[in-house]
Amino acid sequence: MAKRIEVSGLHAYYGGVHAIEDISMTVEPRSVTAFIGPSGCGKSTFLRTLNRMHEVIPGARVEGKVLLDDEDLYESSVDPVAVRRVVGMVFQRPNPFPTMSIYDNVAAGLKLNGVRRKARLDEIVEESLRGANLWNEVQDRLSKPGAGLSGGQQQRLCIARAIAVQPQVLLMDEPCSALDPISTLAIEDLIDKLKTQYTIVIVTHNMQQAARVSDRTAFFNIAGTGKPGKLIEIDDTSKIFTNPEQKATEDYITGRFG
Amino acid sequence: MTTVSTSKGRPGAALTKVSTGRRIKDRFVQVLVYLAFALALIPLMSVLWTVVVNGAKRFDLTFFQFSMNAVGGRDAGGGAYHAIIGTLQQVLITSLISVPIAVLTAIYLVEYAGDGRLGKVISFTVDVMTGIPSIVAGLFVLALWLLTFGFDFSGFAGALALTILMIPTVVRASEEMLKLVPNELREASFALGVPRWRTILFVVLPTALTGMITGIMLAVARVMGETAPLLLTIFYTKVINTNPVDGAQGSLPTFIWDQAKDPNQNSIDRAWTGALVLILIIMLLNLAARFVAGRRRPAGR
Repeated sequence: MAKRIEVSGLHAYYGGVHAIEDISMTVEPRSVTAFIGPSGCGKSTFLRTLNRMHEVIPGARVEGKVLLDDEDLYESSVDPVAVRRVVGMVFQRPNPFPTMSIYDNVAAGLKLNGVRRKARLDEIVEESLRGANLWNEVQDRLSKPGAGLSGGQQQRLCIARAIAVQPQVLLMDEPCSALDPISTLAIEDLIDKLKTQYTIVIVTHNMQQAARVSDRTAFFNIAGTGKPGKLIEIDDTSKIFTNPEQKATEDYITGRFG
Repeated sequence: MTTVSTSKGRPGAALTKVSTGRRIKDRFVQVLVYLAFALALIPLMSVLWTVVVNGAKRFDLTFFQFSMNAVGGRDAGGGAYHAIIGTLQQVLITSLISVPIAVLTAIYLVEYAGDGRLGKVISFTVDVMTGIPSIVAGLFVLALWLLTFGFDFSGFAGALALTILMIPTVVRASEEMLKLVPNELREASFALGVPRWRTILFVVLPTALTGMITGIMLAVARVMGETAPLLLTIFYTKVINTNPVDGAQGSLPTFIWDQAKDPNQNSIDRAWTGALVLILIIMLLNLAARFVAGRRRPAGR
């Protein structure tokens, strides 16, 4: 199921603005990789290049290679829509579809891609909601609107929606930043469970969270406003948080800046 | 809490007491706002009241069953059956033509055009169309459809003129509603590997639907009351013509115009009732649209 991601020489631009510069890294399958770094350093931009969501923004473009098990996502013959089915994404703010019920939210990705069989949908919806640790809370009200759930439940609903299309990789852009500590804990437990099946990449501003959930941590930084963001180092999480190679990483982690 | 209130001599006094000056100002502005509201309601209520009172006289079954065929201005009786049929047909045709065009235009402008040149040109054209006086739209269809192409007066020709008036209002209203759909929803859908057209059809449009229906209904209400373009393109008849593509047809606005210019009381009464029926039709359509839109939205929120 899970796939390895290999990025080499990746640059991303917004119109004339050079947002991230020359990033190369490998993300192992069935592991959690955390991206940390100050605001505006390109973590989210980089994350969005991994499922071609970056180019959804008008004027945005990417140079370089992103290999998903030897297949380059930016090859001209590759369909970005197909890429996004394989590389799922969870956003910073919970964004369930407001016109849809809980059931339809989870089934949305399948229904909108042509899966019609009720029995199959029922099965996947239950499986995904169980996978997102939400089944017990919502099983009696699957036909109620998804927007009626609490923030933490909504975010788990979004995770259920993302895993319902059975992606290989799951990208999470600060999935807990809008949530309270209890919901955050629920999501972190979930990440721990999901990593047995998926390759997970998570952007976070919370360094404790990075230390808690990730196997590897990548530190991004920016030289100054208007300069592109760069990858400073990526290593095992325990090494980054105890004995980083770079001075900048140590300064950031110990709270000397950022 | 207790420490704060006991440390000062007069606990809470500074926090609870609103100075007299502020209270007077508050009341003054409050009264002003209510007055402005009442002032805005007076003309509306006055129009409704006058139409209901004067229109009630002929609001009977005959009015809905008979045309004005062989009914003179001085005669009692007669009705607007031909006009009601005409108006409903003309507005239905207008909506069938203009709603798809306008909604697709709005979708193109919001979802596809971006900063492109074509989008700007279309947007500008829509702005220009919004400003076209209705009689000019009528003259345009008269010149093109009737005089150049040689077609006869017909309900369809009237619908063409109304289409010119309806498209820009629906485009603008739909555009605003589509813009209100948060981008996060589009991104959420894209991130599930849903193609753009399916995202628009199944995520964006349902979210904007309620507002778009309201916009469409306002546009319908607007064109339903148009008179001048209809006189130029459909002309007017006192007899029943149920074929909108063949010959002059009645319509409520032209019925009202025709009856109101007659000095006889019976005609004037019919004009009032025509106005009342027109208002009622628009109101019913609005309620129906709201009902439909309300049912489509899941409960809660």
